[in-house]
Amino acid sequence: MTTTTSTLPEGFILPDFGDAPRTTRTVQTGESSAVTTTTSYDGPRKMAFICSKGNLDMAYPALIMGNAALGEGVEVHLFFTFWGLDIVNTKTNDKLRFTMAGNTAMHLDDLGRLRPGLEHASVPQALGNLPGMTGMATRMLKRQMAEQDIPTVPEFLDLLQASGAHLYACRLSFDMAKMLEADLHPGVEGVISAGDFIEIAQGAQIVFV
Amino acid sequence: MPTNTLNGRSFAVDEEGFLTDRDQWSEELATELAALIGIELDEEHLAPLRFMREDSARTGVTPTLRRMQTVGGFDIKALFGLYPGKPAKKMAWLAGLRKPVGCV
Repeated sequence: MTTTTSTLPEGFILPDFGDAPRTTRTVQTGESSAVTTTTSYDGPRKMAFICSKGNLDMAYPALIMGNAALGEGVEVHLFFTFWGLDIVNTKTNDKLRFTMAGNTAMHLDDLGRLRPGLEHASVPQALGNLPGMTGMATRMLKRQMAEQDIPTVPEFLDLLQASGAHLYACRLSFDMAKMLEADLHPGVEGVISAGDFIEIAQGAQIVFV
Repeated sequence: MPTNTLNGRSFAVDEEGFLTDRDQWSEELATELAALIGIELDEEHLAPLRFMREDSARTGVTPTLRRMQTVGGFDIKALFGLYPGKPAKKMAWLAGLRKPVGCV
C-alpha cells in the first residue's frame, strides 16, 4: 500500500504527523557551512487515563481527552476503577447521571432572562437535593452534549475502541462490585490489577479523573 | 502567508502547511502530497477526502472523525488503517482543508 516516500522540496512546510523520521534537514548556519540534522524519533507518545468517577459529567473528560489523543497519534490507555467502572459496565453506562448537589459551578442560562447577571449565579445547593432534580440536571446535560455532537457514553466507547484505545477494568473494583465479565463493554481488553496497569502505563503521561 | 511549491505547482499554506485556499486543490495535487507522507492515494483513500471537501463546502469547517462516521458513514477503524497515526490531520491536509478544530 505504501510507496517509497519522496523527498521534500526545499522550503516545503509539512504538518507534523509524528511519524518515523522521514526527512533530513539541512540547516544553514553560515555562508559556507551547513549542518545536517536528522529528525529523531523518540518512540510513540503514550497517555494513560485513570477514570475513578461514575457521574456523567466526570465520565466525559477522559473520554474526550483520550479521543483527542488518539487523533494526535498518541497511544492511549484507559483504566476504569471504583465508580469509574460504571462507564464500561453496559448495565449502567447509558444511565450515568449528573447531580447539581455539591457542584457550585452550576448555572442556569434561562435565569438571565429574569434578571441580567443571574445566569452567572450559583444555583442554591438545596435545590439539587429536591426530588427529580438529578433527573432534570442529567437530561439538561445530555441535551447540551448532544447539541455539541458529543456521543453518548456507550457510543463514545465504541468510537474509542475503533480508534485503537486500550481499555481496562480494575480487578479490585470489578470484584468488589461483583460484576460480570459479560457486562463489560466489548472494547475492554481485560480485568487487570493496579500493578498490571502501572506496568502498562510505563512511559505514559498519566491523567487521573 | 507561506507558499508551498511541489513539482512546479504552487499553493498557499498556513504556518503548519495546511492549504489555505481550497480552490488551489486538485486530486492530482493530493496524490503528490500523499507521496510525501508515504501514502499511495487509491479510490479507497480518496473517498473520505471527497466527502470532507463536500461536507466542508456546506458547513465551512473541516469535519471531525466523528462526523466522518455519523454523516459520511465511514468506518473509523478503516480510516485509521488508511491514514495511520493522525488520520483527521492527514486527511484534512490531503483534502486541501484547514486543520480540524472540533474536539470529538
